[in-house]
Amino acid sequence: MMIDHPLLGLRDAQEFTYLGDASLIDRPDWQAEDAQETFHDYLYLRENPAGEHRELWFHETGDRSWLVVTRNTLTHEITKVELARDVARARGRSK
Amino acid sequence: MHNLKPMTALGADTPQIDQFDGLEISERPDFALASLSIRLGRDVQCAEQAKAYLGFDLPEPGQGHLSDPFSCFWMGPVQWMISAPHDSHEDLAVALKQAVGDAGSISEQTDGWCRFDLSGPGLTAVLERLCNVDLASLASGDARRVRLEHLGCFVWCLKPAEAVAVLGPRSSAASLHHALVGAAKSAL
Repeated sequence: MMIDHPLLGLRDAQEFTYLGDASLIDRPDWQAEDAQETFHDYLYLRENPAGEHRELWFHETGDRSWLVVTRNTLTHEITKVELARDVARARGRSK
Repeated sequence: MHNLKPMTALGADTPQIDQFDGLEISERPDFALASLSIRLGRDVQCAEQAKAYLGFDLPEPGQGHLSDPFSCFWMGPVQWMISAPHDSHEDLAVALKQAVGDAGSISEQTDGWCRFDLSGPGLTAVLERLCNVDLASLASGDARRVRLEHLGCFVWCLKPAEAVAVLGPRSSAASLHHALVGAAKSAL
């Protein structure tokens, strides 16, 4: 499997390690009234789609950037690769 | 006053040089290293100040710059490794910090890494047994981080298809050297 790194181009998947669902970027507010409940869901509940899935990959033996990879879990086709930094900033995080 | 004695990454008084039919592997303790990271939101200012000190633009992703005294390669987003001769720039990190001020973060890297220069016509045959870097695609100054002998190393192109520097973790210098020599014996 090849991952089309936004900065470095096509790289072998063996250079990367997989973390999991990209929704981990959306960490809940720990000061909110319902923090206990939202953190339970954040920590334990995952969608398990048969199809398109957005997930976090780490370019461990490369430039050590975090990526958000959109991958089809049925075909392994990768349709989109973004820097996780850009995704997080677009959602108002890491400012 | 401590009676300290300098030694190379392989623990000897003089740098190790290994000759093979078509390849020379030479240990290079004569370079100072420092890394530069741009602080959040300070991209333009830090790049300008680094350029004023180094004399060239910070390289684009995957690329690098070779010159005297400063050379540089891109390590990751907003991160670069800068190299200069140890004899004249032992205080490279301090000088860089003065150059970029609070627009960038500098880390002393000299003793974190060991460097082996590989040169000769047998380079491709040896390197392809060691890691998955595409040597043919590397222009002068380009660098790739690779896994080599289970170590995170940089392969830095000094002369396209003919000479590279391999930078690896200094504490694993002997393992890295063993892998380089083993591959050279096997391939050449």
